[in-house]
Amino acid sequence: MSEHVHAPVETLALREQFNTAEQQKESVTFGMWIFLITEVMFFGGLFLAYTVYRSTYPVVFGVASTSLNAVIGALNTAVLLCSSFTMVLAVRSAQLGRRRALVLFLILTLLLGMAFLGVKAYEWNEKFVEHHVPGAGFHFEGAAEQGPAQLFFSLYFAMTGLHALHMVVGAGILCWLLYHAVRGRFTAEYMTPVDVAGLYWHFVDIIWIFLFPLLYLIDRHMR
Amino acid sequence: MSEHVDSVKTYTAVWLILLALTGVTTGVAYIDLGAFSVVIALLIAAVKMLLVALFFMHMRHSAKLTQVAAAGAFLWLFVMMAFTFADVWTRGLVGTQGR
Amino acid sequence: MTTAAIETQANYLNAGYGLKSWLLTKDHKRIAILYLILVTIFFSIGGIFAALIRVELLTPQGDLVSSETYNKLFTMHGIAMIFFFLIPAIPATLGNFVLPMMIGARDLAFPRINLLSWYLLVVGGGFALFAMLAGGVDTGWTFYTPYSTTYSNTWVIATALGIFVSGFSSILTGLNFIVTIHRMRAPGMTWFRMPLFVWAHYATSVIQVLGTPVVAVTIVLVFCERVFHIGIFDPALGGDPVLFQHMFWFYSHPAVYIMVLPAMGVVSEIISTFSRKPIFGYHFVAYSSMAIAVLGFLVWGHHLFVSTQSVYAGLVFSFLSYFVAVPSAVKVFNWTATLYKGSISFATPMLYAFGFIGLFTIGGLTGLFVASLGFDVHVTDTYFVVAHFHYVMVGGTIMAFLGGLHFWWPKITGRMYPENWAKLSAAIIFVGFNLTFFPQFILGYLGMPRRYHVYPEEFQVLHVLSTAGASILAFGYLFPMIYFMWSLWYGERAPANPWGATGLEWTVPSPPPIHNFDEVPVVTHEAYDYSTVVKEGVEVV
Repeated sequence: MSEHVHAPVETLALREQFNTAEQQKESVTFGMWIFLITEVMFFGGLFLAYTVYRSTYPVVFGVASTSLNAVIGALNTAVLLCSSFTMVLAVRSAQLGRRRALVLFLILTLLLGMAFLGVKAYEWNEKFVEHHVPGAGFHFEGAAEQGPAQLFFSLYFAMTGLHALHMVVGAGILCWLLYHAVRGRFTAEYMTPVDVAGLYWHFVDIIWIFLFPLLYLIDRHMR
Repeated sequence: MSEHVDSVKTYTAVWLILLALTGVTTGVAYIDLGAFSVVIALLIAAVKMLLVALFFMHMRHSAKLTQVAAAGAFLWLFVMMAFTFADVWTRGLVGTQGR
Repeated sequence: MTTAAIETQANYLNAGYGLKSWLLTKDHKRIAILYLILVTIFFSIGGIFAALIRVELLTPQGDLVSSETYNKLFTMHGIAMIFFFLIPAIPATLGNFVLPMMIGARDLAFPRINLLSWYLLVVGGGFALFAMLAGGVDTGWTFYTPYSTTYSNTWVIATALGIFVSGFSSILTGLNFIVTIHRMRAPGMTWFRMPLFVWAHYATSVIQVLGTPVVAVTIVLVFCERVFHIGIFDPALGGDPVLFQHMFWFYSHPAVYIMVLPAMGVVSEIISTFSRKPIFGYHFVAYSSMAIAVLGFLVWGHHLFVSTQSVYAGLVFSFLSYFVAVPSAVKVFNWTATLYKGSISFATPMLYAFGFIGLFTIGGLTGLFVASLGFDVHVTDTYFVVAHFHYVMVGGTIMAFLGGLHFWWPKITGRMYPENWAKLSAAIIFVGFNLTFFPQFILGYLGMPRRYHVYPEEFQVLHVLSTAGASILAFGYLFPMIYFMWSLWYGERAPANPWGATGLEWTVPSPPPIHNFDEVPVVTHEAYDYSTVVKEGVEVV
């Protein structure tokens, strides 16, 4: 294997520590899955805190939750699901070695991701206007206990904020993919980066799939 | 994930089901089901998650190892929650303040 | 001594000389050495804090430092030692160096991520170091809220950020190891032919991957709470400080096993090599590593016995804590059984391994004491607990780390260390360690609380003994630092397999070639098969 020693750094194909392309592909994909497991536990801590406080203050959390706009939340969920759809089509295009389709779907995914973040920014702005942002200026009209109400919004911002941060990172990855896709670096034989980026993007989608009902929906009927 | 290329038709179907489920979960939230509101919402979310994982993330084609690893993550999440709630939900059980 | 043939042999050390060839390297062996330098620095920093603590405790009065300074000293001792020494020490140095070689791989699965994780530890360590130099932090290494979020006026955020960043270093190392062990094994290297060191690291990596993200998000919440005062853990706003403790210990208890499992892996290698016998009950020892990793996640509540955790949860956690003793005991008994009728040689690594078994047993058994609810209420936050975890961490992990460092030093550097000096310092460390920490068991049982620098006069004798032991221990640690450096230039040249050990890392020259193996090895034997191994050169008595 000594001829691999001077393998040029530029090549995106087989790296020197691997024996076969198959081994490299399996390793990279598995590595991404392990990373996603760490993400499950990372967000898991937030879900744990949310569940503990929601079970401690069910009424205040219910009132605070219904102050969020469920229709906007649902629309934004749809936007994100659409972006997952375009992402999976991008992966499919890469599998089939269709460069133009890959570029197109990556751009669509990026745009939908941006749209999601835009809506999120609008929602956050609303919270600022309504003084629902935790901190010194916090005031929530609907509840007698300001503390637990603030807790709800603290968790709301922590959870949606960290989710949005992951979206921003995802957008960065999409830009990187686009750069290489335009240059024709991905082929039907070598498309692992697109594949694992897709895994990441779908995972961020899954987090939102849980955030949406937990934050926006489950106390709706109490109104 | 050895070369399984799913059809656009499959993906489109999954996508439409996901959108429909989003509509359903939003609609159901306005109906008073008591404690079952949470159960229904989480069930629908779990179904959506499975759809995304199995189809969009190709999990139904992926190696058993990957499937086991992903299941393990949720098992661990469950452990963390279950044991924390073993405390949170049993406080005050013996009538001592704060225990 | 130096033959031209060895001198000119291409290896990973003479592959490049500039600073750049080290700082941008992707070679797991070089990255291991970068880690070794980094953790040694933090070990020294933590050691200096420990020395100051022990000197202060010579007298019952607080005459050397103020209480505020003392709070900072024990906090920074803990942070430097735990997050920047004990957690990366064995996996990132010895594991990084030998794990890929043990399974017959040219490198880890992700060499660039390996380098990245080193840089993350540098950045994280930089934040922590900045906090220490800028005035320190006084929350204790556990960062309990609401003190850390509301009341402390020290550098909590910089330190927390440092731990957050270094946590990702740990996660990425674990991720890299898991993928490497699954996907990079040489042909014929089945799971049950892997050395137990690899099994131990696999179990460790599982903990790193599942546990560390939780402490990361906990730190994020502490950060938000401290900066914005938003009430996540603030009882004044309805938050629950005990929730912080749950989230913190969900990671930090398993983190104990991140520190000790790799140590157990090292001990398995050493015990087998120097008794020239396969490890007794190989399968049990392999499974026990996994069992420790799993059970370790189910017992964190025993750190919360005197918080407002419910009595019921306390019972459950206490009950489950006993179970960790089972796989730990399996290991100790199997190492002991391996020695039976073995052809034992008392080389330095073996001395450290013996030290580990004895001291870890004491640390583990006292762990059973503190796992029982009633006894723990008596000794919580006393020196008994301090002595208990130092027996596991220092008597266990550091003993094994030093043992492993001596064991693989010839492989890493291509040089032998001076055996007599090494034996002497191993003896000094053992004596110094016990003198330092055994009196602390008694102190704690008598009621001396931890984290106080003023104490009743009755305790002075035991405190003076402990400080005397610490001085001896400090000398014991200085010796290896000196003779290891010395050996780099004056040590005897090491043959490929000086100990007559099994394992693929001993089949290649010392130091190993850049890509470890010229051709991919094919494994045909079980682990620890001594029938085919020939010991070369150096004679060990």
